[in-house]
Amino acid sequence: MTTDMYFALVLLPLAASVVAGLGGKRIGDAGAMAITIGGVVTSLLLSIWAFIDIAVLNGSSVEAELYTWISTGTLNLSFGVLIDKLTAVMLIVVTGVSAMVHIYSVGYMSHDPSRARFFSYLSLFTFMMLALITAPNMVQMFLGWEGVGLASYLLIGFWFKKESANLASMKAFIVTRVADVGLILAVLTTFAVFGTLSFSGIFPSLDTVAAKDYVFFGHSFPVLELIALFLLIGAMGKSAQFGFHTWLPDAMEGPTPVSALIHAATMVTAGVFLLARMSPLFEHAEAVLTLVAIVGAITAMFAASIGLVQRDIKRVIAYSTCSQLGYMFFACGISAYSAAIFHLMTHAFFKALLFLAAGSVIHAMSDEQDMFKMGGIRKYLPYTYPLMWIGSLALMGIPPFAGFFSKDFILEAAYATGGDMGLMLYIFGTAAALMTAFYSCRVMFLTFHGKPRASKEVMHHVHESPWVMVGPMMFLCVGAVLAGWLGHGMTDTHWWNGAIYIAEGHLLGSHEGLEEVHHIPLLAKFAPLVLVLFSSWVAYWVYIKRSDIPARFAKAVDPLYSWVMNKWYVDELYDLLFVRTARALGLMLWRRGDENTINRFGPDGMAYVTTRGSEALRRLQTGYIYHYAFILIVGVMALITWFIL
Amino acid sequence: MTPFNMMPFDWFAVAPALPEVFLACAAMGLLIVGVFSRGEVASRSVGGLALVSLVVTYVIMHAAKVADFQQAFPKGAVGFMFVADEFAFYAKGLILAAGVFSILLTPDFMNRNSINKFEYYVLITLATLGMMIMVSANDLLAMYVGMELMSFCLYILAAFWRDNLKSSEAGLKYFVLGSLASGLMLYGMSLLYGMTGDTSFDGIGILLGNGLPNIEHSVAITVALVLMIVAMAFKVSAVPFHMWTPDVYEGAPTPVTVFMATAPKAAAMLLMMRVLYQPLLALEDQWMQMLTVLSLLTMGIGSLLAIVQTNIKRLLAYSSIGNVGFMLVGVVAGTEDGVQGVLVYLAIYLTMTIGLFAVLLSLRRKNVFVETIDDLAGLARTAPGAAFAMMLITFSLAGVPPLVGFFGKFYVFSAAIAAGQTWLAISGVLFSVIAAYYCLRIVKVMYFDEGKFRPELNQPSNAQWIAVLAAAGVLVMSVFIDVLDHTAGRAASSLFRLEHTVARH
Repeated sequence: MTTDMYFALVLLPLAASVVAGLGGKRIGDAGAMAITIGGVVTSLLLSIWAFIDIAVLNGSSVEAELYTWISTGTLNLSFGVLIDKLTAVMLIVVTGVSAMVHIYSVGYMSHDPSRARFFSYLSLFTFMMLALITAPNMVQMFLGWEGVGLASYLLIGFWFKKESANLASMKAFIVTRVADVGLILAVLTTFAVFGTLSFSGIFPSLDTVAAKDYVFFGHSFPVLELIALFLLIGAMGKSAQFGFHTWLPDAMEGPTPVSALIHAATMVTAGVFLLARMSPLFEHAEAVLTLVAIVGAITAMFAASIGLVQRDIKRVIAYSTCSQLGYMFFACGISAYSAAIFHLMTHAFFKALLFLAAGSVIHAMSDEQDMFKMGGIRKYLPYTYPLMWIGSLALMGIPPFAGFFSKDFILEAAYATGGDMGLMLYIFGTAAALMTAFYSCRVMFLTFHGKPRASKEVMHHVHESPWVMVGPMMFLCVGAVLAGWLGHGMTDTHWWNGAIYIAEGHLLGSHEGLEEVHHIPLLAKFAPLVLVLFSSWVAYWVYIKRSDIPARFAKAVDPLYSWVMNKWYVDELYDLLFVRTARALGLMLWRRGDENTINRFGPDGMAYVTTRGSEALRRLQTGYIYHYAFILIVGVMALITWFIL
Repeated sequence: MTPFNMMPFDWFAVAPALPEVFLACAAMGLLIVGVFSRGEVASRSVGGLALVSLVVTYVIMHAAKVADFQQAFPKGAVGFMFVADEFAFYAKGLILAAGVFSILLTPDFMNRNSINKFEYYVLITLATLGMMIMVSANDLLAMYVGMELMSFCLYILAAFWRDNLKSSEAGLKYFVLGSLASGLMLYGMSLLYGMTGDTSFDGIGILLGNGLPNIEHSVAITVALVLMIVAMAFKVSAVPFHMWTPDVYEGAPTPVTVFMATAPKAAAMLLMMRVLYQPLLALEDQWMQMLTVLSLLTMGIGSLLAIVQTNIKRLLAYSSIGNVGFMLVGVVAGTEDGVQGVLVYLAIYLTMTIGLFAVLLSLRRKNVFVETIDDLAGLARTAPGAAFAMMLITFSLAGVPPLVGFFGKFYVFSAAIAAGQTWLAISGVLFSVIAAYYCLRIVKVMYFDEGKFRPELNQPSNAQWIAVLAAAGVLVMSVFIDVLDHTAGRAASSLFRLEHTVARH
């Protein structure tokens, strides 16, 4: 593949987005859809080619520069592509899911009046995501990082007439922006320490820098730990890890295809990608790695527990996404980056499938999202029903579906890591898996089984989605079934050809380590699967056989139930800590500080002086030629006098 | 120095000046064509031919550069009086481009006011020739000849709308004050010649670099320096020698204003840099102080007075004064980076100025063009395209990143800081904040005020596509600022590569 083709791969969605966005009536909705789908499908085909070239045929990685933006002295900002195995895998995920979501949206958005705008945003997002994953330096990565945030903001708030959508889009933007400060600091610190921002410049000099300390606010820190910590903060925001997770469930206000593309398969995994891309750096920062693992484990547990009690079908899947991202994080934390990316890939397929299937259900139920108002619709949705089961089974980790391979590998790796840390991660992960199985089954049972709880009118309209929606789901279903088999070779670090670096002594750094992971005690190996099957059975029992149990149980453990139901009160805590105080502080500074002090003596005062001064000066401009000549001569005299005396 | 009449005339020595020679002949040709054709045909054909000659001149210049005539004929044209280096090449590129766009913007306005005479285009061509000689001058005489050729054409152009009171007043004012400045310049030159005994830049540079024999000499040299700087400051309209600018800009027919605000500004600024950095480099300490003061005054007056203007052409006059002030910051830096910054700034300034005037020239009702800022009110609704182009360019003018105007200011200010002129750079930033006010006011008026003026946009004119082109240019330059930067960098380093400057340091 030539470098031009790589550039085309990245830039086509942008071109399509611009044309679709600015084309207006001249190209029409149909034109906009055709152009964006054409662009992203071409990108997909090129990605497959790139994947075969680099990942399958073991080609060497490609780095090419598109153009230099600024080059002054030490600062060199350029845009280009870096395609190695890590990028190749991501390319398949991003363009694959994006292409399917584009096609699916043709059906899902068929009644929307501003479809051209929607497709333009989708393609813009795709471009930004591609720019992020192909970035050869931190600046382009940052550009893509912010760009996907922007696209996410635009798409969550796509139905901008809905108050809740507007609020959700702002929340998503602000929360991720707070975390982005971490990424900015990481970029700046990297530049200060390494003097370059390109990955090929940073990674070789890691060992020389590793010993240095960096003084920051009067304290000295080991410099790599500091950069890694900043990176982690950035990654946590994008990937909705515990503490920064609050925006993700609210983001479900956006159209469902958006949730599938951005908030399940691609953008939210950018944090995991960042960890993997910067693996050489993280491998030099042991303490931060531990922190990554802890953050991931907590998120996995925490989000899964909330998923147990949600009523909104999309929110359950959103919390599930959050929880699965936690798995990927703690995999990175034990240096199993390969496992994290493997899980990222399988997860992208089955989670996008789940979202699209949920969208199909919502579409069928006349835009109803509350699962307690569904039920008994499996007969009417002959394709969506099995497809969604496959997605759920893959999520639960039931063999032979994709999730089984990747999730079990992560748990086994955690166990094999050993020590208190490994054991804790293993237990947390298994507990999360248990809950995952429960809420997945709960979604399926409440939605499709039992007696219909929707109104007659709604039930009358229930219908299977058109082929343009079912087709993409089938494609993703193939991925959800096969990705695990086809991809499990990825778990071997050597497969990555240097795209992922693992330090000596870390578990997956060697073949022996991989063997160790495969040969953990049988009990540890099968415990998660057994527990998953058990909790599925419980779900079956309480939601199909004895559907009175859930309500009674909730009442019996009320404090715990409301704790979980209210999402551990994190939102309330933030409201109290940040939102209210920030508002009060803002009001105070505005009224007292700005208006009465700064404005009076600053801008307003300056403006007053400036305008009066200008008026006075204007009077010099009399229009009389002898005045002008006089001033000229005075100027000459003044200069001569000054320099001769 | 060898007297001219002793030198055997070597035809090949003219080779580096081939573009100028061509343009001079072309101007004569234009006159003949104009005289022998009638009425509207005359102005149309002469206008077209003038455009062609400017373009052909550029082509010849480029060819001459590729063929490297300067290297092939090291004696230079006409005995060292002329130099065709990268710096001159860059300068002439700007001048010719400004000339071409000014001509393109002319016919519509002139026809609507029934003053489309063919002499106009001949004068523009001759003025362009004068400027090209100016920026290539390597001798006081060449410099003066070029400058006067340009100035005379401009005096006539300013008064071109003879039966319009303001226009003739503008022409007269410009002529009287311009002559005064020319007189000062001549006086300065003669003092310089008297003290050094040489008129060539190289010779003066070497003599001054070797130090002056006694104190009387140095007083005379200082006076000469002041007079020359004043004259050049007059041409770039630096404060306090700027008084003519607003009146002339306002009075002259708008296409003439476009021309005066672009090409001569660039030519005078570039000439000033050559004179200061080559023959007068030894007096660096003195001229740096002078220019620092001029630069502060210019930035200040330009920015402050632009705020209170109601007439757009007057506003743009003050805006151009302010921009000259910012450019002087780069000149004062006294380094290659500073010169490079000024060169980049000039290219950006030219693009923005042409764009702004093109927008104004595309807005008219019947035969009346927009005059005051209030006329722009509500433009976002009546002419959204024009308003958008104007907004883009004014934002760039205000220096809002990432638009290209930001880079212009950034380069000159950072060069000043690198040269240790931190306070000058800080004042520059403060003044650019004030300058941002009048830029934003234009946008505010266009987008938020209700207006009465309803422009007719149904007849496409050159002004419309030039406005679009300039706005697009602002965007493209913002992205490819690197290319411009490199070109300017080559030009700047050629200014510093001459031997006698190296010898001094």
